[in-house]
Amino acid sequence: MVQPLNTLVETASQTGGPYVHIGCIPTFAGLGAVYPEDLGLRAIEPGAAGEAITITGEVIDGTGWAFRDALLESWQPDANGKFAGQAGADPQVNGFARFAADKDTGLWTLRTVKPGRVPTRDGRMQAPHISIWIAARGINIGLHTRIYFDDEDNSTDPLLNRIEQRPRAQTLIAKRSAPGEYRFDIHLQGAAETVFLDI
Amino acid sequence: MTDLGPLVPRRRDMHPVPYDPEYKTSVTRSPRWPLLSMESTPSEETGPRFGHSLIGPLDNNLILNWSKDGTGAIGERILMHGRVMDEFGRPVPNTLVEIWQANAGGRYRHVRDTYFAPLDPNFGGCGRTLTDDQGRYQFLTIRPGAYPWPNRANDWRPMHVHISVFGHSFGQRLITQMYFEGDPLINLCPIAATVKSRSQLDALVAPLDLSMSRPLDYLAYKFDIVLRGRRQSMFENKLEGM
Ligand SMILES: [Fe+2]
Repeated sequence: MVQPLNTLVETASQTGGPYVHIGCIPTFAGLGAVYPEDLGLRAIEPGAAGEAITITGEVIDGTGWAFRDALLESWQPDANGKFAGQAGADPQVNGFARFAADKDTGLWTLRTVKPGRVPTRDGRMQAPHISIWIAARGINIGLHTRIYFDDEDNSTDPLLNRIEQRPRAQTLIAKRSAPGEYRFDIHLQGAAETVFLDI
Repeated sequence: MTDLGPLVPRRRDMHPVPYDPEYKTSVTRSPRWPLLSMESTPSEETGPRFGHSLIGPLDNNLILNWSKDGTGAIGERILMHGRVMDEFGRPVPNTLVEIWQANAGGRYRHVRDTYFAPLDPNFGGCGRTLTDDQGRYQFLTIRPGAYPWPNRANDWRPMHVHISVFGHSFGQRLITQMYFEGDPLINLCPIAATVKSRSQLDALVAPLDLSMSRPLDYLAYKFDIVLRGRRQSMFENKLEGM
């Protein structure tokens, strides 16, 4: 026998199921009026400093279908790399947003500002990125990934450089389609499968 | 700002398998290639915080928060309570807990739920609260009904409440489900069965808690939630309180 560790084990995840919207964005789900507004409606408030950007995309399953019931969350710092709650952070940047695939088209949209750079724990600078978390029916444990930008210097980013198969790094990089507009599709399977993170 | 340390890596074997053919939707929605593992960065160690101004007085009372005239939802009255803590047993205070569930007949208030159990005009099915300074939370609700779902030919979900927890770090984000002690459908459910560790599945089953039940009013079920911890070591960061 050995001494007991007395640490606890993280509660097991379970799928958010088909009705995750009822709990997380009830107004979007049609419940209306239970809360004044859904949580995470806006990543930024008017007057947020930095470059305003819009990112759109689909979440695509292993059959190539852009499914309609995905729930996404994003978390990011302000244009100077400060997260909400940190000293000096832009008070107009919430940093957190919740958004869903459109029930008719499967398209989701995130309106925010381009995030600043944030260092790793050992002081290496990361390229600008937005953290993404995806929940849906059929996803048993929420999927973490990141959105980088194709008009930034990503060449020394520590996370991107850990991806052994270099072309796969492209799955994390949003493509600029017009000034301030980017496209970022998330593939759960297939040759273009997005890199998901255990971080 | 005190460095609370990196997030403890997730023990994936303590979580459901992403791919499980018995849960058919997971077949096309589970990544096939390995996850990229890396030590957490501030992007995962920070996270959104929500204040008390967000929470309305009835937000954690699902019996009344949808009722137009105070009638209250139909069903067996239940107090659902517990603590949110981390892997080291530290309470996680002031964190947002959101729940959603079917009504007493097993029907969700959702356009895509076509089960013929009737909607309850006084039940919406969602609630939220912030944990207190000890990490405790409470909801007053009704026991959700079991319901059939399209998977294998005769699959039924056990009675369950869906739960979403934020913690203090985006990397702690967790959605799970609470089951009820004694429900024979738990061991037949392919979603519950995606958790391959029996002790971890048992930890999703809330025991009846008569100590918190209110005589002549409601039964209580206790459901504690454990989130990822932060590793503190004097060799890499400053220990809390040192
Ligand atoms: Fe459910």
